[in-house]
Parts: sequence; structure tokens; C-alpha cells
Amino acid sequence: MSTPAALRSRAEDLAAPLPPLLAEAEHLAATVLLGEHGRRRAGMGDEFWQYRPATPGDEARSIDWRRSGRSDQHFVREKEWQAAQSVLIWVDDAQSMRFAGDAGRVSKAGRARVLALALSVLLIRGGERVGLSGFDLPPRRGELQLLRLAEAFSHEGAAPDYGVPEARGMLPHSRALFLSDFMGDMAPVEAALAKAADRGVKGALLQVLDPQEEAFPFDGRTIFESMSGSLRHETLKAGDLRGRYLERLAQRKARLADLTRIAGWHYDCHHTGESAQGALLWLFRALERVR
Amino acid sequence: MFMLGPLGFTAPWLLLGLLALPVLWLVLRAVPPAPIRRRFPGVALLLGLTDDESQTDKTPWWLLLLRMLAIAAVIVGFAGPILNPQQERAGTGPLLVLIDGTWADARDWPRRIDRVEALLAEAARNARPVALVQTTDLPEGGVPFQAADAWQARLPGLTPAAWEPDAEDLAAWAAALSGRFDTFWLSDGAARDTRLPLLEALERHGTVTVFESPRPIYALRPARFEDGQIALTALRARADEVAEVTVTATGLDPNGVERDLARATAEFELGEDAAEVALVLPPELRNRITRFAVSGVRSAAAVTLTDDSLKRREVALIAGREDREGLELLSPLHFLHQALEPSADLIGGDLVDILLANPDVIVLADVAKVTETEEAALLEWLDQGGLLVRFAGPRLAASDVSRDAEDALMPVRLRAGGRTVGGAMSWGAPKALRPFPDNSPFFGLPVPADVTVSAQVMAQPGPELAERSIAALADGTPLVTRKRVGQGQIVLFHVTANAEWSSLPLSGLFVQMLERLAISTRPAQPSAEDLAGTVWVPEDLLNAFGEIGGAGNMPGVPGEALASGLPSHRLPPGLYAGEDRRIALNIFSADKRLAAASWPARIVIEGLSVARETFLKGAFLAAALVLLALDIIASLFLSGRLRGPRAGVAAVLMLVLVLPTDAPAQTADDTLALAATSEVVLAHVLSGDARVDRIAAAGLRGLSEKLAQRTSVEPAAPIAVSLETDELSFFPFLYWPITANQPRPSAAAYARLNRYLRTGGMILMDTRDADVAQFGGGSPEARKLQELARPLDIPPLEPIPEDHVLTRTFYLLQDFPGRFAARDVWVEAAPPDAELAEGMPFRNLNDGVTPVVIGGNDWAAAWAVDDRGLQMFPVGRGYAGERQREIAYRFGINLVMHVLTGNYKSDQVHVPALLDRLGQ
Repeated sequence: MSTPAALRSRAEDLAAPLPPLLAEAEHLAATVLLGEHGRRRAGMGDEFWQYRPATPGDEARSIDWRRSGRSDQHFVREKEWQAAQSVLIWVDDAQSMRFAGDAGRVSKAGRARVLALALSVLLIRGGERVGLSGFDLPPRRGELQLLRLAEAFSHEGAAPDYGVPEARGMLPHSRALFLSDFMGDMAPVEAALAKAADRGVKGALLQVLDPQEEAFPFDGRTIFESMSGSLRHETLKAGDLRGRYLERLAQRKARLADLTRIAGWHYDCHHTGESAQGALLWLFRALERVR
Repeated sequence: MFMLGPLGFTAPWLLLGLLALPVLWLVLRAVPPAPIRRRFPGVALLLGLTDDESQTDKTPWWLLLLRMLAIAAVIVGFAGPILNPQQERAGTGPLLVLIDGTWADARDWPRRIDRVEALLAEAARNARPVALVQTTDLPEGGVPFQAADAWQARLPGLTPAAWEPDAEDLAAWAAALSGRFDTFWLSDGAARDTRLPLLEALERHGTVTVFESPRPIYALRPARFEDGQIALTALRARADEVAEVTVTATGLDPNGVERDLARATAEFELGEDAAEVALVLPPELRNRITRFAVSGVRSAAAVTLTDDSLKRREVALIAGREDREGLELLSPLHFLHQALEPSADLIGGDLVDILLANPDVIVLADVAKVTETEEAALLEWLDQGGLLVRFAGPRLAASDVSRDAEDALMPVRLRAGGRTVGGAMSWGAPKALRPFPDNSPFFGLPVPADVTVSAQVMAQPGPELAERSIAALADGTPLVTRKRVGQGQIVLFHVTANAEWSSLPLSGLFVQMLERLAISTRPAQPSAEDLAGTVWVPEDLLNAFGEIGGAGNMPGVPGEALASGLPSHRLPPGLYAGEDRRIALNIFSADKRLAAASWPARIVIEGLSVARETFLKGAFLAAALVLLALDIIASLFLSGRLRGPRAGVAAVLMLVLVLPTDAPAQTADDTLALAATSEVVLAHVLSGDARVDRIAAAGLRGLSEKLAQRTSVEPAAPIAVSLETDELSFFPFLYWPITANQPRPSAAAYARLNRYLRTGGMILMDTRDADVAQFGGGSPEARKLQELARPLDIPPLEPIPEDHVLTRTFYLLQDFPGRFAARDVWVEAAPPDAELAEGMPFRNLNDGVTPVVIGGNDWAAAWAVDDRGLQMFPVGRGYAGERQREIAYRFGINLVMHVLTGNYKSDQVHVPALLDRLGQ
């Protein structure tokens, strides 16, 4: 996990079964960059798209004389609009993500990184530009970017207990993906989503949870501590707290779902106890669905 | 010692520790269980949640109770609890422990010894001198008081005696007592006349405490012979409830092994102290009985030995002439019948037939001649100890038997004619008898004056006549003569067995003479006069426990003492042998009664039971440990750590603690037996080769179908049997395909196979190699067959002969092909003396079913059909091949018919003879 090569190879393994993602751009703005695949509408590009009858206002040089010569009308040859999409990924690297409820289970951070990188592989194969939100790694294309991403994901350093979404450096109308457990304060999440919505950024928000966090299988007198120990809570009958904990967790999930719906994003919850394939498929679909 | 009910404590002060328990309660309650630290990111969601139950910060009450109990158990355990601590029996001064020591003690002797041991231990603690006395074995010169330890060492050597204390000795001993002492009297519970005087004598010296066991006492009176059955009376001491005892008759069986020959149940009614039981046994069995016993009672009184009085001799009565109908009193056998009927078993019939029954006595009344074969048989029987008693009569007198030379079956030579005295045509009065000489078996019998003899046959005087004469008339002529032949003897009464020649048969003397000759048996108990002057040697002696042992070198006892019928240390109960008979001396004579001992009300009667001290310290500490173990589990449960593998371990622990082990044995599966026996089933032996086994099953299936189509045999689906595990006896027929690498059956399997072959089973052994090998050749299967068959119990074999019954049990066959058509099929060889039956093309071979048929024609493959009924393997080519398959089926049908009907078809040899006899 910690070596970039290993991380990448595992991500490639995970990405291999899926077809290249052909992301569809909804809006094109000033950030349009020509890409390899068309947008199924007329625009600037190399590929032929369609002939249309010339209308007043068309430049004479845009008339395709070879086509027009076969009829009495003048036709303009249009080319397909080809553009690449920018996808910005934020993977929470807070300490809470390093939790694994069982020794045999992958930590939440590990699962989130693999998912993010797998999606990156898919996107880059599809010709998109992928980068990290913030200013560290702006979206670029090409295999080299995958290596850079993998390296960035592998970097583990001092981190706060709970992560704050990085909403800076988002290109308008680009795509974004937030991977976190969203256990921390909700205000930064709301702010980040609002900022993204302001800029017309659409995307997906995947909550990665450990099965223990979902089930709360504790009982008896217990002192719960956050990963760094900064937060603690003592209870005498942990079993009694289960109901109320689960209620709060459900509330948080509902809140996240609400927020994403308002912002035009997608929300899902993934458990590390399940297969990563399903989550990747959902991410793939979620980024494609935005039209 | 501090007592709490039956509990005593060695260190009662430790119990004060229990006072600390309430303090412990408060302390334990205030301390909540230690928390667990958990890293959990979801803690952010937990912030602000409070525990709603304030009580949970204290230990729950039941856990507290568990811990308190554990600690209480520890405290009580270390306080040294003892269940039933030995109560000290206060007392000082000398102590007499008096044991009855009779046969009635034997039933629970070890318990008595235990009780005495406890009493001795107590006396040792109190430093009292003790004397231990058995009333049946009184010490010389008063009471020998010694230290209790000295008696304890002697305790294991004490045994009860099989008799009762002698009244005079006991009285003398009691009178000689002196000094003050207390008495512990271990009574045997049976009433006795000597008890009260002894009790009074003992009470003059100190207090008397009586120990008695409430266990019932049983006794048996001697067996009587009444109305053709053996009557027994069982007695008991207490008649307070309905009871049932089993009386067994024991004796040697024909193999000389002692065993129970008969048993009967005696039922005591409420309030009855005696129960009658009757046994009806054939004389053969009855004469074998040596003793009766109340089973399960270990006492000499519950055993009664039998002697000659129960034995009934078999007497054969044969008369020379019995043609005079209606004249019963003139029948030569009438008086013999009358005299012997009550005491002997009489048989009649042809002499040769009678000799087969091997009677004890044969009486020939006026029989002159016997045939040569009869004579030879009689002499042989005499040699083995028979007693031949002859009576004279007109026919014997008229014949010339034993005239010129002594007849082998006559004791003396006879003079012609005989004589008649005191008749109308003769001089002189009828002769009386002379008193019997002392070498005569009749010696001592009183001679009634009214017995007279008016006619007799005369013995020829000779040198041995005087020796052989055992009774004579007043004038000295022999009346009864006797000759010993081998181990037996011949006795001739020179008069008739009826009243024609003498009045002897009318007198009581006649019966006594028959008794003395051991023709009839005597009344049960001989009188003192009978036994006066005789000496009896003990053969078997009975000990107090009712066990029979040898007499060792014990001297003989005088007959007078034996006649008294009272066992004593000079006359132990047992079987005594005299000159010609044996007398059993039993503890209970026919009129002795059994009752429970009754004591005056002032006497304290205690039971025999010794309450054992039980130290409970270990039990309490173990209970504390168990409680603490439970506490561990409960604590884990409370603090939420009882999950995962720990929960499993805890559950297992709880199960081990709670559940006793129970694993009822599974009953054997007998579905095979049901399947094999509800219908006729063909079976094949599992060879271990799956393909061969499949073919064998398919072959038997095909044969079963053909059998069902063509014959009245309708077999069920074939069964595969394993030689190692399955019972073979259900199957009439086994098909055993031999493979080269078949495992050799175990010894147990061979034993089963041999039993199967001996009891009429048939095995068809198929080496399946007739295409490549001649039978007996060197094919691997043939070698394997030889190896497999070596331990089998197979008779001599021969190639199937032309006239073997297999050739005609259902179809007429001469070939026995399977898939291959070799001629080599071997069956049990015909006996060498079999002859060609007259008028029949085959020999007279009507015996037995061949246990094995051995060949290599791979019959199963020829018979085999698949599930759709189609042939699985080709046989031969074309029509000839189909014909061969048909013949193979016919062979199979013939084989099964042979197995099921045996030699029935072979018996057809006799059809002409039968038809001839029927007159056809």
C-alpha cells in the first residue's frame, strides 16, 4: 500500500475489468480543452460531425464546396466538438480514516485511496484530466499523472483527527469526487459543497465506513477515544448507546444525502467490509450520470 | 466440636468470617467493573450521549451474590465442616461386645464387623478394656478383657458359625461371669430360648445395649417328596409384609457342571411366616439335585441339602405271566407295586426297552428264561452296578434254569421241584423265618412271628451257599440269596412276590427288606434307633454363609448324634455318608420354627448402620472454585468482553459445568436384515473393484428379472454385501466375483463365511477369466481364488458331472456358459458310493446342496442388464451368442432353483418306486 508501485498495480487490477470511462461534459466554458473524443455536438475538433445547410452569416470559407457541388444548396461541414473533462478528487487523509475495525480488514483510508486511484485510471484511460483538489496536483492527463496521483495518495503524514474537504482550486464546471468517512464536523462539508455548487462543479460524495462503525457491537463499560485520543467518551453500558448512536449515524447520512441532492451531487455509503468493485462501479456511474 | 444439625466444624471460629460478608457486599457494590479503552472514530457521534441507567455503575446484585457465595464457601470450607461427625459414646469401665455369630449373622456379616470395629474404635478412644465374644464360640474361663487394639487386629479373622449356641454351654458361661461391665450385644435377630436367661445374666453386671439389623431372615426346611412333587417350605422371621423369594435347585448337569436345575418362587402372604413352593421335576433331573437355596440370601439356613430321601430309584417290574385278568391280588407284581409305589418310580415294559432306560433296579417276578441277547444286556447292566431282584414262582420251579450249572442270572443252583411245607398234602407246619445273621443286609430287622413260608424253591447245597444266603427259614433253608456280579448284584427271593407261597409280601417286613436292599428309599428322617451304633463320615459341610466345602479330615460322627438333627460345633451341618446311604444334616429340620427375636422394652435396640464421617472441606472449596469460575464468565459478560471465541469457550465451559455426559449408544441399524429377509434376495460380495461390483449387481438384477418372468421365484433388487461387516445368513445365494487384487477377508469374515457354508448357503465364485485361462490355470484371478478359498470350509470338488442335479433343477442343461463358455465348472463331489439308480439315467445322489460352485465364465456379465432392461455386454456372435446368453440365464435359474429347493429334483430317482408303491 505504501509504495506507489504497489498501490498503482492494485488499482490497475481493480480498474482492468471496466471499459474506459467516457465522461460527458455538460457545460463547456472557457476551460475547454480539446480532447480525444467528441461531445456528440458540433464544435471545434478534428472529426467530422455533420453537414448542415449554410445559413446567412456563415463565412464563405466554411462552405464545403465538394458537398455543395453535388446539389443546389450550400452546405457547411461541421466538426464534432471534442473536449476533455477535468475531475478533481479529494481523499480524506485524516487519522479517523486509518481506522480498521478488524485486523484482517483494510482501513478506510486504504479503501478510499484504491477507489480514487482506480477511478483515476479509468478516467485517464478515457482521456480525462484528473487531479487532486487544492493546488498540489492540478488536473492533467497521461500515464504520468497516475504515478503522481499514486504518490500523492501514498503520502501519509501528520493529520488531524477528522478531515476537512478541500474545495479550493476547483475549476468551474469541472467534476469533483469527495471520499471520506464524514465523521467530523459537517460545516466544512456544507461549505465545500456550497462552493462547488457555486462554481457549477458536479460530482459524487462517497462515505467510506467500517462495518464496526455501522454496527456498534460494543457492550459494557467502555472509554471510546478518537484515533489521536483528542476526543474521548466514557460510558458504563455501551450497549445502551447503540440505538442512539445508530440514530445519529442515520441522521448524518440523511444530511449528507440532502446536501448532495441540493448541490446536484451524488451520495453513497461504502463499507470496507464489502467489495471495492461495487463502489468503483457506482463511482463510474455517478460521474457518467451527470448530464 | 461445634455442631449445626448433622454438620460439625473443626475450626468453628473461622465461621466468624461470615460476619464480614455484609461489609464485602458494600465494598464490592461500590466498585464498578474496569472499563475497556477502544479507539473508535465514531466517538464524534457519541459525544453528548449519557447513560440513562444510573444503577449500572455498580456491580449487579446477582454477581455480588455469586461472589459472596464463593467467599462464604471458602470460609465455611476452611472452617472444616464434617457431615455426621462421630458421636462420642460416653462410658467407662470394661466393655463386653457379644456377637451371636450364628448362621443368621452371615447375611450381613461385613456390616456387623464394621459395627464392631466402630465400637472398638470408640472403646479405644475411651481407653476401655474390651472383650469380644461369640456365643457360638465361647471362651474358656470367663471374659478375656483386653485392650481394644488387640481385638481390632483379630476382627478380620472372625467368622460366624453355621449352628446355634449350645444352651447348656451358654448357661454355664453366663453363670461364670463376674465383675462389672457394660455389654453391647450384636443380635442376629432370630428368636432363641437362650436369649432371655443370658440377657438377665448380663444385666446383672451392667447395662446392655442391643444392636440388630432390620434385614429379613429367610430359612428353608428340608425338601419333602409329596404326591410326585418336591415340596419346600420357606420361612421368614418377620411376617409384616408381602414378600417373594426365589428358591433354586442346584445340582450337577449331565456334563458334571454345577448349575441351577430349577427355580420356583415362594410368596409370603401378609402375616404368614412360611411359604410353600412345589417343584415338579422329571426323575432324571430330581435325582441330580444336591441342594435347594433361597437365592440371594447368604446364610446357611437358606440352604437345604438333599440326601437319599429325595432320590427316587427307578424300578422296572417284569412278571413272567400276566395273563390272568381280573385277579389283581394274584398278580405277581401286585404286592411289589404296593410296596414300591410310594417311594420309587416304577416302569414296566419289554426287558430290552427297559434296559435302554437304565433303571436302578430290575425286578423279575417268576421269570424263568430270558433270551440270549437279553441276558447279555442284563449282564452288562449288572456289571455297571444294576440290582437284579428275582422272585421264584411256579414257572421258575418248573423250568430247568440253574439246575445243572449255575445260571449267570441266578445267585445259586436250584434243586428240581422245590418243596411245599405245611400244605394239605404235606407234613409239618409252614416255616417261620430265622433271625437275620449279622452279615445280612437285613440284620437288625425284627422278624414278625406271623410270617410263614409254605412253598419255596430249594437251593442246591454248595460251598458258597452259606455265604450267599442272606435270609433263611427257621430250618436253615435259604430264603433269600445274593450274588455279586461286577459292581451289581443279583438277589433271589426263593418265594413268590405274591402271597401264594408265603405271607411275607403281606407283612411290613417285606417293605423293610426292600428298603434294605435299596430297592425303595427310606422315610425322610431316620430315627435314633435306626442309626444307633453307626458312624457317619462327613462328605460336604455347609458354612454359615451357605457355601459348601469339603469336610477335610474331620472325624466321623456317631449315628445317635446325627439322628438328633441339631447342628453344633461337634456336628456341623452338611452331608454325612454311611455304609450305603447319605444323610443330610440341615440347620432347619422339618418342624423347626423361625421367629424374630423379641426383647424386653427396657433394652435399647440400635441399628447396625454406622454413620460415616464425611469431610466436606474439599466439596466446599470446590464449590467456591466453581463459583469463581462462573464469576469470571459473568464479569466478562458484564464488561462486554464475552464475544467472539471467548463466548464459545465460555459456552463450552458452562455446558461442561451444567450438563452431565450423556451419549446413548446408537442401536444397530438393521435395515439390511429387513431388506434381506422380507423377500428372497440375491446378493453379491463386494470385491472392492467398482466396475466389477457394478456388473455383479447388474447381472443379479438381470437374473432376478428372468427368475420373476419364468419361475415362481420373484426376488427383490439384489443387495451388495461386505464380508467384513454384513451378516450373511440372510442370503440363500451369494455371487462372488474374484478380482486379482481383492483384499483378503479378515478371520472374523472367514468365520462368518464358513458358518454360512455349513448352514446351507451357496457361493458362486466366478474368476471371470475363462476366455484366457483354463480353470486351475495360472491366471491371477485363479491364484487369488486359491488364496481366498484356502481358509474356507469347502468339501472335495469335482467338475460338474452329467447327472448333477444342477443339470435338471428347472431346465435340462449340459452346458453352463456365461459370457464365456468354458466347461470347467466345479461343484461338491458326489459321494464315492453313489450308484446308478435303476431305470434312471442318473445316480442316486439325493443329498445336500453343493455349498460352492466355482467357475470362470463371467456369468454376471452375461446376465447383466442396465436400468432400461437392455443387455450390457455382448455374448458371442449373432444367434449363437444369443443362444449362449439364454443358456447362461437358464444356468442361473437352475442354480437359484437348486439353492432354494435343494435336492428335490434328485429325489425323482424314487418316482418309479413311489409309483410302484401307489400301485400305479
